[in-house]
Amino acid sequence: MSKYFHSVELKADLCCGCTNCLKRCPTEAIRVHGGKAKILSERCIDCGECIRICPHHAKTAHSTTFDEIKKYKYRVAIPAPALFGQFNHLDNIDIVLTGLKKIGFDSVFEVSRGAELVSEATRKLIKENKLKKPIISSACPAVVRLIKIRFPELCNNVMPLKAPMEVSAKIARQEAREATGLPDEDIGVFFITPCPAKVTEVHSPNYAEKSAVNGAIAISKIYPELTHAMDHLDEVETIAHSGLMGIGWATSGGEAAAMLGDKYLAADGIENVIRVLEELEDDHIRDVEFIELNACSGGCVGGVLTVENPYVAQARIHTLRKYMPVSMNHLEERQLDMMMWENELEYDADIFRLDEDIVKAMSMMAEMEEILSGLPGLDCGSCGAPTCRAMAEDMVRGKAKESDCIHRLKAKIQNVYDQLKNTI
Amino acid sequence: MSNAIHLHYEVSGEDFTRAGEASGAVKKRLKSLGFNSDAIRRVAIAMYEAEINMVIHADGGYCDVDIYPDRIEILLADHGPGIADVDKAMQEGFSTAPDNVRNLGFGAGMGLPNIKKYTDEMRIETTIGVGTNLYLTVKVA
Repeated sequence: MSKYFHSVELKADLCCGCTNCLKRCPTEAIRVHGGKAKILSERCIDCGECIRICPHHAKTAHSTTFDEIKKYKYRVAIPAPALFGQFNHLDNIDIVLTGLKKIGFDSVFEVSRGAELVSEATRKLIKENKLKKPIISSACPAVVRLIKIRFPELCNNVMPLKAPMEVSAKIARQEAREATGLPDEDIGVFFITPCPAKVTEVHSPNYAEKSAVNGAIAISKIYPELTHAMDHLDEVETIAHSGLMGIGWATSGGEAAAMLGDKYLAADGIENVIRVLEELEDDHIRDVEFIELNACSGGCVGGVLTVENPYVAQARIHTLRKYMPVSMNHLEERQLDMMMWENELEYDADIFRLDEDIVKAMSMMAEMEEILSGLPGLDCGSCGAPTCRAMAEDMVRGKAKESDCIHRLKAKIQNVYDQLKNTI
Repeated sequence: MSNAIHLHYEVSGEDFTRAGEASGAVKKRLKSLGFNSDAIRRVAIAMYEAEINMVIHADGGYCDVDIYPDRIEILLADHGPGIADVDKAMQEGFSTAPDNVRNLGFGAGMGLPNIKKYTDEMRIETTIGVGTNLYLTVKVA
């Protein structure tokens, strides 16, 4: 049993061993052996790229089933702002929130509320000069995990504030306790999620031992039931208490704009995120105070568990935000402490390094370069590794052998054939 | 005026995140008073645009709203820098908003033109270095 929990998983019977996900994984966490893909769990960041690309629908995301809510006496839904962009002709988010109550939740606390508090807390910390600049947002768990396993220098730049989901869960849980008098174990707080990374975050948070969220239900799974309820509401309750800043977190750039500064950068799409992190690591990005990074193109509306095209959802969010007050949630003094990370983000050196012992690692590296020079350099993926370099590393780690490379094998067979031909 | 409801709102220039609260509160009031949705929408949009302007450009001010059965009258007053060229400010697309609020979606330069579009009467009194008063009337059909 791996020590790393992942929401992203493979349905082996649908996998035909092609190279699509293999080539697309941003951390080279996939190998294909015996005709089936395999995810190296220590390298997987739950970004969902493999789910997006698999033409056979063999990659999926494990998420909390809706029935789980029945285990709790009092059920709270905390929907991601990305949810609001999933519906046609929606002009009032209360319809969505009332719909959630109708399908079985006792109360709803939209995550855009927590987002506004996180924005205010960040502005406050920036003003008090308490954070190392440039500050990298900690909202996207795939990005945080990526930094943790691949960018040691940048771990201290990650904003030590809990993401809106966690902040909203804590407040919603407290409000539920006060309203019902029930103990924590009877209150179920469920995030309505656009992506697998958040499912993983709920299970194994980076910022604390345990999350205040009990489960993450995929937007795509809840969508049919929710839209049906929304179409058959007797009356629309007034539940929403969010401004345009909180709702804006659903799309790329929304979080950064809420900083009210102009020295910021917002990047989306995992390849672009990696490019930015590498430039940052090399100190090529100056003059930027705040960096928003989203693993998904378009921001959270581009998450793989949504139903709508991210750019259509983005346009809808834009329309919804018109004429909204700027922010409806304001930080109270004691709240800031509750919002800080409970531990530090520590670089996990074990994942990518060749060996603990630097001398051994250096000799392995030398061996790797030699093996690489003998490989064809086609990065074809037929050996089951994404690139020839990855294959060379696998060989040095003893996880693969030369004959796995079909070009090397073909060259050897050609040799044998030529020799035999000459003797006949 | 005995048959009017009078509302007063202070609009902070310090905290941009509170912008839009006053017009939001008025919209709520009008809804609970049962005004028709078209009138509510027009008041909400016009007052919102004017309130945002007051925060972005004038460092805040105050709003006085008088609600009559047949009309809503709004005064938005500030001690800001005043509008240098009112004709230019009324042009669609012209804006002097800073970059940081443009990033949130403001500064398209449609504020004053929109206010004029949605109200029945609009009057601007402005003096450079002293301030601006904006008088709006939305008639209820």
